[in-house]
Amino acid sequence: MLLIQILLILFFLFAIAKVVGRWQTKELTLGALVMWLLFWLCAGTVVLMPNLTSYFAKLVGIGRGADLVVYVSLAILFFVVFRLMVAVGRLRSDITRLTRQITLDTSNHGTTAQQHNSTATRQSF
Amino acid sequence: MLFVIVPVYNEAKNIGRVVRDLFQLQDGFRQIVKVNSDRLRNDFKVIVVDDGSVDDTAKVAREAGATVLRHAINRGQGAALQTGNEYARRHGAEYVIHFDGDGQFDVADIAPALEKLNKDNLDVVLGSRFLDNRSKLPWTKRYIVLPLARWIQNVLTGVTLTDVHNGFRVLNKRALEKIEITQDGMAHNTEIVSQIKKHELRFAETPVMVRYAEYGQGLSGGVKIMFDVLFSHLVK
Repeated sequence: MLLIQILLILFFLFAIAKVVGRWQTKELTLGALVMWLLFWLCAGTVVLMPNLTSYFAKLVGIGRGADLVVYVSLAILFFVVFRLMVAVGRLRSDITRLTRQITLDTSNHGTTAQQHNSTATRQSF
Repeated sequence: MLFVIVPVYNEAKNIGRVVRDLFQLQDGFRQIVKVNSDRLRNDFKVIVVDDGSVDDTAKVAREAGATVLRHAINRGQGAALQTGNEYARRHGAEYVIHFDGDGQFDVADIAPALEKLNKDNLDVVLGSRFLDNRSKLPWTKRYIVLPLARWIQNVLTGVTLTDVHNGFRVLNKRALEKIEITQDGMAHNTEIVSQIKKHELRFAETPVMVRYAEYGQGLSGGVKIMFDVLFSHLVK
């Protein structure tokens, strides 16, 4: 076994331990746990049996297994970046709505307080 | 009744003068919107939306007589305008004016715009720097940046305007109820034009003067606006 294979497998085991840990603390749903476990197990299989990628590469018409890994990784990364951008956009929009709500509520309270004060002043006369 | 919404961020140096100038001209506005002076005195409001400034903008604006709405954190000019619009809606505004707080606009342009809105039975009047020669634009803006931005906006919105990303607007109640700004940054300008078309609001342009103390949106700002507009078309 090559050194890089050992290092990668160790990293994948670490990642699996983190995923399971997050599921135990209920930060991940069961579905997400299964998806991530499958992902890291597939990655481990590819690292342990690199020829597998060549088999799949030929199946889809790509010359080398390494190329297939790069293409698939890029596609996944682009998808993840897109999902992140959408999520960040939603977060920003939520923060704005929250900021606005606080601003408008505060201004209403301010107005009410002013009205109370002026009423109190009028009554004292 | 008539609310001037001024979105600001770190404008302590200019906001006091802008607010005072606006209050000085309120009698002129009264004649145009034909209400008695007492009613307008109660109903004319300058709403400064302080978008999380770290200087004394809010204090200066309040001292000058404005009603100050303060965002706890900076959310962008579009977000500040929408906050102002919602406040105006809740307080029964019949007319809303969007006016920049950096002192680049001339308050004297408001009365003719209001008059146009009323006389021509319009819903929105948009300011344009290109309908007269009063604005001294940097030549890169006049001949490269703005024509390019104007062409892109016209293509994206399907509305042909002589200017682009001009912060001067007058809205009547119908427009105020229909227009919902979701673009927090500067792309709200294009979004507003899109919504004018979508809701079939009657609109026209009016000449306004812009004094350039700073360059304003540069090329990188323009690219960001374009990205925001395109991204918002792709993702709902």
